[in-house]
Amino acid sequence: MGVFINVQGGGTGTGLSQVAQGAVDLGNSDVFAEEKEGIDANKLVDHQVAVVGITPILNRKNGVTNLTTAQLSDIFTGKITNWSQVGGNNLDIVLINRAAGSGTRATFEKWGLDGAKSREAQEQDSSGMVRSIVSTTPGAISYVAFGYVDDSVVAPKFNQVAPTDKNVMTGQYPIWSYEHVYTKGKPNSKTQKFLDYLSSSHVQNTLVKKLGYISIHDMQIHRDVDGKITNK
Amino acid sequence: MDSIQEKLVKRSKSTNRDLMGKGISLSALVLIVLIVLSIFVFVTSRGLATFFHDGISVKDFLFGTTWNPSVTNPKTDHPYIGALPMILGSFLVTFLSALLATPFAIGTALFMTEIAKKRGAKIMQPVIELLVGIPSVVYGFIGLTIVVPVIRHIFGGSGFGILAGTIVLFVMILPTITSMTVDTLKSVPGHYRESALAIGATRWQMIYKVILRAATPGILTAIVFGMARAFGEALAVQMVIGNAALMPHNLISASSTLTSVLTMGIGNTVMGSLQNDVLWTLALILLIMSLVFNLIVRAIGRKGEMK
Repeated sequence: MGVFINVQGGGTGTGLSQVAQGAVDLGNSDVFAEEKEGIDANKLVDHQVAVVGITPILNRKNGVTNLTTAQLSDIFTGKITNWSQVGGNNLDIVLINRAAGSGTRATFEKWGLDGAKSREAQEQDSSGMVRSIVSTTPGAISYVAFGYVDDSVVAPKFNQVAPTDKNVMTGQYPIWSYEHVYTKGKPNSKTQKFLDYLSSSHVQNTLVKKLGYISIHDMQIHRDVDGKITNK
Repeated sequence: MDSIQEKLVKRSKSTNRDLMGKGISLSALVLIVLIVLSIFVFVTSRGLATFFHDGISVKDFLFGTTWNPSVTNPKTDHPYIGALPMILGSFLVTFLSALLATPFAIGTALFMTEIAKKRGAKIMQPVIELLVGIPSVVYGFIGLTIVVPVIRHIFGGSGFGILAGTIVLFVMILPTITSMTVDTLKSVPGHYRESALAIGATRWQMIYKVILRAATPGILTAIVFGMARAFGEALAVQMVIGNAALMPHNLISASSTLTSVLTMGIGNTVMGSLQNDVLWTLALILLIMSLVFNLIVRAIGRKGEMK
């Protein structure tokens, strides 16, 4: 008999709270456990297995190809309400958010909006849905992981840096997060085996890339929970 | 002699079976009551934690207009937990869809019972039963791929909003209201119709003045049942309403309902945190509302019995 692995879906809170309760061996999260309210991070051990880049996406009619941090946070906090205010066409801005508390949103607010919290707006909980709404609604802006960007939407440069895997690896493009696997305490031997498998170069070069993530081995920098960047 | 005595004194096989049946039904009843009670106790205790544990006032919760539980209001030092936008959203989609569905439901039911009995039973009955059985995610998906783009095309904006939610719920509760109205109309005694026709009423006069009058309590019950379904529907509404916890200022701007906020948020919060507690409080409101709908149905049943 081999080892069976049961996989269960759920939002960002689910993985962390389940592993903290000891209900599961491995709890996945795209934010640091320290960043999630109600989780005792001291008991959890972090294993970073991949990196995901997140980019704003715009409707093609908005006419904007670059956004600065200040512009982006003014857009999401409601200080800017028309694309003409940031050099685009005369179109009202339509915000589309991810669910409050989701990791994508937390990462985007932390690194894309410089910590500002978005104002209340329409929320969608799947990336595919977000992209299809943005592509069909003039004036719309939202954000998705790199893997979801296609020709139907525009992924603008952020502070003149293009949202590419390469720019994430070198640390020039800041809106990204680690994909964490948390264990409660030190993993047991079976769990450790699975973790080794996840970070093996085979998985990192095939599955991870196929799903639109960035291999943890390709990162030239390391960023800790406080955002401090060190060269690897 | 002995065998007769034994027969009289000892329990017979059928008595035993009788007792066993009694025991099984009683334990089933106890189990269900226990489940309902524990759901009530659980939701209530988690839902009230917002007020007792996190120290938020009921008034702020029910009448506050800003919902953003992860952001703290610098003035009050509490997070923004005004649930009024969702409460309003839920009531709006419920009332609007019931308002829209009722005339269609009564019309269809009248057609099936009074005007074309045979065709009604042959064609409409299976259609309605089919509509009741379609899972809500299918309704939501159709709403997302057809209703939302059409609204976007006609009115502009994103297409998501109360109007889209109302239209999807209208289709969902129509069969519920229709089939219950059909039952009510069928239960109007035949001699009402015969008497009305005998004194010279036309068919329309008979329907309007006699049958609908006699069936009013039943029709009201049907509407309340439809509303209860609309109020509790989560998935289909979440897919088309846009999920923005903002005060609904028109029918085509993104809004939210109690259920849509719950389904969006529950996976992203951690048990025991305030963000999670407030969701349980929303669940408590939903539970109380379904209780209210039940009480209304009972009140109608008591007051409006056909005499």
